[in-house]
Amino acid sequence: MSDTRPSPEELLARIAREKQQALRGRLKLFFGMAPGVGKTYAMLEEARARAARGTDVLVGVVLTHGRAETERLAQGLVQLAPKRVEHRGIVLDEFDLDAALQRKPGLLLLDELAHTNAPGLRHLKRWQDVEELLEAGIEVYTTLNVQHVESLNDVVERVTGVRVQETVPDSILERADAIELVDLPPDELLARLTEGKVYVPAQAERALQSFFRKENLIALRELALRKTAERVDQQGSEYRRAQGGRRGAGARERLLIVLQPGARALDVLRAGRRLAVELRAPWIALVPEGERIERLSDEAREEVAELLELARQLGGESLVVGSERAAEQILHVARDRGVTRIVVGSSRRRGFFAALFPPLAEELVRRAEDLEVLVTPGIQDEAVEKPAPRRGLATPASEYPLALLPVLLAVLLGIATRDALTIADHALINLLAILIAASIAGRGPAFLATLLSVASFDFFFIPPYYTFAVSDLHHVLTFAVMLVVGFIASQRTIVIREQAAASQERERRTAALYAMTRAFAVEDDPLAIAQSSVERVHDLLQAEACLFQPEASGGLRPVARTGGWQADDERESAVARWVFENDKRAGFGTDTLPAARALYLPMSVPRGTIAVMGVLIGALERELRPSDHQMLDTFVAQAALALERVRLRAEADEARRAVETERLRTDLLSSVSHDLRTPLASIAGSAGVLLAGGTGVGRAEQRELLETIQSESQRLSELVTNLLDLTRLDSGALQPRREWCPVEELVHGALDRLRERLAGRKLELELPREILQANVDPVLVEQALVHLLENALKYSPPDSPLELRASGSPGEVLIEVSDRGPGIPPGEEQRIFEKFVRLPDGMRAAGSGLGLSVCRAILKAHGGSVSAENRLGGGATFRMRLPVTSAPPPPPARLQEETP
Amino acid sequence: MKSSEPLVLVIEDEPQVRRFLRTSLKAHGFAVIEAENGTLGLREATQHVPDLVLLDLGLPDMDGTEVVKRLRTWSRVPVLILSARGEERNKVEALDAGADDYLTKPFGFAELLARMRAALRRAARVDAPEESVLVQGPLRIDLGRRRVELGGEEVHLTPIEFRLLSVLARHAGRVVTHKQLLTEVWGPQSAEETQYLRVYLTHLRRKLEPDPSRGRIFHNEAGVGYRLELASPPEPSP
Repeated sequence: MSDTRPSPEELLARIAREKQQALRGRLKLFFGMAPGVGKTYAMLEEARARAARGTDVLVGVVLTHGRAETERLAQGLVQLAPKRVEHRGIVLDEFDLDAALQRKPGLLLLDELAHTNAPGLRHLKRWQDVEELLEAGIEVYTTLNVQHVESLNDVVERVTGVRVQETVPDSILERADAIELVDLPPDELLARLTEGKVYVPAQAERALQSFFRKENLIALRELALRKTAERVDQQGSEYRRAQGGRRGAGARERLLIVLQPGARALDVLRAGRRLAVELRAPWIALVPEGERIERLSDEAREEVAELLELARQLGGESLVVGSERAAEQILHVARDRGVTRIVVGSSRRRGFFAALFPPLAEELVRRAEDLEVLVTPGIQDEAVEKPAPRRGLATPASEYPLALLPVLLAVLLGIATRDALTIADHALINLLAILIAASIAGRGPAFLATLLSVASFDFFFIPPYYTFAVSDLHHVLTFAVMLVVGFIASQRTIVIREQAAASQERERRTAALYAMTRAFAVEDDPLAIAQSSVERVHDLLQAEACLFQPEASGGLRPVARTGGWQADDERESAVARWVFENDKRAGFGTDTLPAARALYLPMSVPRGTIAVMGVLIGALERELRPSDHQMLDTFVAQAALALERVRLRAEADEARRAVETERLRTDLLSSVSHDLRTPLASIAGSAGVLLAGGTGVGRAEQRELLETIQSESQRLSELVTNLLDLTRLDSGALQPRREWCPVEELVHGALDRLRERLAGRKLELELPREILQANVDPVLVEQALVHLLENALKYSPPDSPLELRASGSPGEVLIEVSDRGPGIPPGEEQRIFEKFVRLPDGMRAAGSGLGLSVCRAILKAHGGSVSAENRLGGGATFRMRLPVTSAPPPPPARLQEETP
Repeated sequence: MKSSEPLVLVIEDEPQVRRFLRTSLKAHGFAVIEAENGTLGLREATQHVPDLVLLDLGLPDMDGTEVVKRLRTWSRVPVLILSARGEERNKVEALDAGADDYLTKPFGFAELLARMRAALRRAARVDAPEESVLVQGPLRIDLGRRRVELGGEEVHLTPIEFRLLSVLARHAGRVVTHKQLLTEVWGPQSAEETQYLRVYLTHLRRKLEPDPSRGRIFHNEAGVGYRLELASPPEPSP
């Protein structure tokens, strides 16, 4: 595949990277093959030059090892005060990261990138400190020897025989903006060593012997040169790619590196990664772990965790699969992920054993049809390989008598029928007993049962009877077969049991994951999701958990927690805050702030970190397995997505609501605009005609036009009044001023207002005998009644009767206005109370459609309601309901009536 | 010496409303002077001694109620308030301060004229002895003999009801605020007990308005007070 220009996605990614990089500080590495080549010297030289040009240079850590020339260079540069840390009674001077971050120099010098920090500091390693400094935008100069590079660790060991413990991940090298190779021919270095210019003379001899051999130095120099060249080449091709050059030849490769614990896996990993870097291919590290993890020693288990962490550091993806039928699973993953090459370590199993239990590498080679499988040997170091003591599942003591039972039965049966059956028959019966025993018991009891069976077989059934002697050597074969059968059966039993236990475990995990995703899918409440996540984590790991979310003031607040969460002190909160700010995990079991009691994981979504999940692992009895870690990562990712989804949904709802409100407002405005303009048009038009005069307009027409002006003005006035009322009521600006009023006073008031319109109409009035009172705003309720009456007048023929009925029931006053008009179209009973709705009917409807809306708004402001309904015999009934929550107070004595 | 035309002082800040009032009042036989704010209005009132004042409540420089108060310190001239809808409280204040009646904008000219005539009539009668008998359609109120007849039939009222009716009748055609009624019937300490007033008036209405859906005597001015409306001027007592 050849592509000339980078795709849009790549360009975008590059822009994003560049933007990020612009914020980050620059990193320059002074790289060398061995101590003493002059890296610190070169660093100080350049730093001084920068200082002279005006850069704010700060010395973080500079180790001169007593070399006079180096010390001289260090004078004159500002030193950062070291942090004094006490460790096991010794006071150490360590680099003060927080002080440096606060001071924020333009350039910071940190010697020895591979240094391990003293316990109690934030990060385990200095290179982690450097990462944080770069994130803060501080430029850093540092020094590094080639033997400390992680991916070269095994090669260095092979070459020099020394295994270097302190390593620095390759990602830092790749991250470096500039690498300066400080090169020195080996002879010159050796000369400097003997001159005592390198180490303090007292140690010179030992250093010479072990490390500073000429052939070592030559090899190391080559490694350093090669590494630098590799980096240069990488930068070059990145540049070319950005400019649209040709990509590296060949199809896109993808590697799968299979790491088996206890089989020099680290070396396999490094070798695989080197190949991946050469091919510029992404790679996946896979560990077949699963059920057998219980059987591994503590060391091996730690190794697995280390492996996965290392894989992550080296820049690859890591996966864990079960170890049952590992080859099949691995190939499945490989095909699924589009892997082109598999790298696996070779096994040391030989011969017969290898044939019976083929090593994983061989299986893969055999089954991997179209995939390339590379088998790498790693280092043949006998000293490293130790047979790990294996531990099986604990066998309960109760199984011993259980296993012996079938044997006992078989023996008793045999004795009873000894003469009736042949030896062969007895053998088979005992075999059966062994099989049964092995099927129901663990290895220990099964083994014991087998032995006992064989012994009793010999004792009871082989002549000479009642002795352990054997007269016929054929029977030895029988014993052997019985033992083997017993052994195999019990092994199978164990395996089956382990599988069952693992199945259950898998089942439990799957159920937990399923429960979580299901809960999240349904939940809409962010708090419920938070609570649900911590509880799921608790279910999964039996560990206490707590979810932190940022609050408006800028701090981090625990939002949900499980019952036993006990980590609320300042130190723990600080770790959580750090995790949130840096989007990296920290706490127990990690390299950053490992003294914390809990492990803190960032919950991230594309827009950034939104929360932090704390898991109290420190309190657990057992250690977390890599598969647990993977599960936890999945959980945390799911929870983060769920929270984000809920937030986005709320945002979408809000946006939708805003759009809807806007739409309604636009609709309203256009309706109002139309209804305002129409009467204005008539008024302006009529006035215009009148002013223009002319002979065509007679007195009668003039009068007509003037009447038009008057009636349209009235209509306009009504509309404006209604609009104002509606606006004030809707916004809550108009609050009812309540007083106790007799309902009939309101009724009479309304009727009075419509006196002219009601003239000539038959009105049936039904009022209760006692004076019914309601605690309402008289002006507003009278107005509401007026609107109902107006509506009835509008929509009923002039000769039809109107009815008004007022009644009271406990808690409510009801006023009904009924007409014999065409009624309301079915289904529209609610809609007529909306703004500007006019019913399609044959009659002219004067005025706007706001009256009923105002009526409803008034009733709503009183806590009441208004409804409409068609009535039997034609027409409609409108019902006004006013809640009456108390009784009117009785009049004070001075207002009381004297007896008439 | 009074001119033949009654003099109306219009205190209103909107020029269009002033124009409309000026034109129509002049056409109906009134002389008009105008003022566009309270201060000028009061000055005109002292200088020209109008027969009637039309006062807009929404003046730019002072509260309408304030104008009424100041006016009332030295004049009994009838004052009609012109107010916008929804300003019940301001109306009540102005009425309680001494204004005689009110009109809600937008008002028809016919209504304005009716109220103005009623107010002028009342003012003219102020020196005449109080009428003792008032008639409105089928209703006949004999204040002297304390007797009320409806369609010739006597209607029995309790003392309070009678007192209420008399106050309204004495101010016939004019709005009486709740506070005024309460004060005149029960005394100043009962000035806030509006709800009881309403109940009593309801009793009164039931007794005296035969057909509630037609022909009204008692008019409810929502939020302000009551008005006993006489269709025609009351006959003087025989």
